[in-house]
Amino acid sequence: MQTIGQQLINGLSLGSIYALLALGYTMVYGIIKLINFAHGDIYMLGAFWGYYVINVLHVNFIVALLSAMVFCALVGVVIEAVAYRPLRHSPRITALITAIGVSFLLENGMSYLFTANTRNFPQVIKTTTWHFAGMHISNIQVLILGTACLLMLILELIIKRTKMGKAMRAVSVDPTAAQLVGINLNHTISFTFALGSAMAGAAGVLIGLYYNSIDPLMGMTPGIKAFVAAVIGGIGSVPGASLGGFIIGLLETGVQAIGLSAYKDAVVYVVLIVILLVLPAGIFGKNVKEKV
Amino acid sequence: MKATLKANAVWLGVMILGFVAIDTAELVGVVNPFIENMLVTIGINVILATGLNLIIGFSGQFSLGHAGFMAVGAYATGIITQSIATPLGFYLSMMVGIVVAIIAALIVGMPTLRLRGDYLAIATMGAAEIIRILINNLKITNGAAGLFNIPALASWTTVYTLMCVTTIVTVNFIHSRGGRAVMAIREDEIAAEAMGINTTRWKLAAFVFGAATAAIGGSLHAAYIQTIAPNDFNIMASIAILIIVVLGGVGSITGTFVAAIVLGVLDTILQNFGTLRMIIYSLALILIMIFKPTGLLGNWELSFKRLNHHKEASAHE
Repeated sequence: MQTIGQQLINGLSLGSIYALLALGYTMVYGIIKLINFAHGDIYMLGAFWGYYVINVLHVNFIVALLSAMVFCALVGVVIEAVAYRPLRHSPRITALITAIGVSFLLENGMSYLFTANTRNFPQVIKTTTWHFAGMHISNIQVLILGTACLLMLILELIIKRTKMGKAMRAVSVDPTAAQLVGINLNHTISFTFALGSAMAGAAGVLIGLYYNSIDPLMGMTPGIKAFVAAVIGGIGSVPGASLGGFIIGLLETGVQAIGLSAYKDAVVYVVLIVILLVLPAGIFGKNVKEKV
Repeated sequence: MKATLKANAVWLGVMILGFVAIDTAELVGVVNPFIENMLVTIGINVILATGLNLIIGFSGQFSLGHAGFMAVGAYATGIITQSIATPLGFYLSMMVGIVVAIIAALIVGMPTLRLRGDYLAIATMGAAEIIRILINNLKITNGAAGLFNIPALASWTTVYTLMCVTTIVTVNFIHSRGGRAVMAIREDEIAAEAMGINTTRWKLAAFVFGAATAAIGGSLHAAYIQTIAPNDFNIMASIAILIIVVLGGVGSITGTFVAAIVLGVLDTILQNFGTLRMIIYSLALILIMIFKPTGLLGNWELSFKRLNHHKEASAHE
């Protein structure tokens, strides 16, 4: 019982990181049908930004988190404007290859400029571990889970309650019709990239705090897993992405706990394939019937 | 039929000419081991990318798991030739690799080919990762360390010959009844089904065919490089093959050749740039995609059949 509770807590904190990343994938995919391969690298940039502002400017955690979100939002908007906007009417596979190119550029650019070494993330918040009913819960885990849930709540409010959120939903349903009712397509897409990238930036700072080490290639694997999470939840669906992130996090820690850590990624992919076969559009995805 | 035969004969001639050209260059000494390595890499990439182009460009199914099938071929060769280190053993291992890859492709393809577009891409990517993780944890494949000291049973002539054979077979498949069925599915799956095409069967056929060529590429890779590890066949390897296909033009075999050669030469030149290499490579990739979104050649194809038609047409005038 204790180990199950312990793994549940570990899984939830890892899952909230995946969930934050998956949100970016799902929003971008929902609006321009692009698998944004560079998203994992924006998360890496967020972690590096946190590293530098804490080490050089000695700011506290809240400032580091917020500034990383703003920085990543800007990077996301710039990437969209420079690399993806010219390709909006090209075959989708072209945009995908461009996204892969951007991802390579960010990874190798960072390795070139700041060396590929692994760095220790500064511990701005002193780790304290609480013992509760035989489980170890660190304040970092609570912080990650709390911040992630708060950000998801804010995101949900933005999408459901604001004018820009309404525009985002309209564009994801039908871009042409959205333009006809006066929605500015470019602004809406930029805003979507900004929101998604801000989430990734926050996830980067949080993971730095949690795992204590960052490097320029850290975004690759979590990026792909977060995309898998978005697909499991139903790509294009915001609650789906959060749920998918938590599922992947819990699955990974669960498989590790029963001693099969070598197969943890394989289990994630098996679950992915099984879910896609049973629910071809993911858990919360709408199954669109094709009309002739 | 006669025209097809004639075109094939012309292509065979071109291929023999190419062989003689490279062979002479090697004898004269223009081709040093460094350049030979580049030529072999290009050849293997052509084999891999033609198979993937058949899946993506001609049948319109988005597969991101090509490296998984390549791994199957590579490991079949690595394991078998270590006990039977003869050319016969090499071809036997290649056959085993092809058969295992076909079985794997059937297992992966039968359920997942019902999915569409990006869902299929992500499912095939997952399947390839599962293959890689299995190889990473099995005893016979020597785990994460991989296999080394694999007997060098593939020279550049083997690679060249097999590249020609797979290309001829692939192109002839594309021009056959099956190829037309596959292209009809790419254009409109529902319309193709209404025309009486068994869409599942032909999608699976293209997928299995692609997997078999990937296994051949993997076998050659193992026998030429002589060292393989599970990480050589990760998602990045699948993406590298995908880049060749898209850069050359989705649906153009000529484009695949051009892109494989361009990237092979670019890679060799960029070796001198050290860490800047990947930055230049990624910038080149982004710029080519932005300014030439359909790839270098689009879906243009070099065809002697068409050249012949042009000649006949002008003769009639």
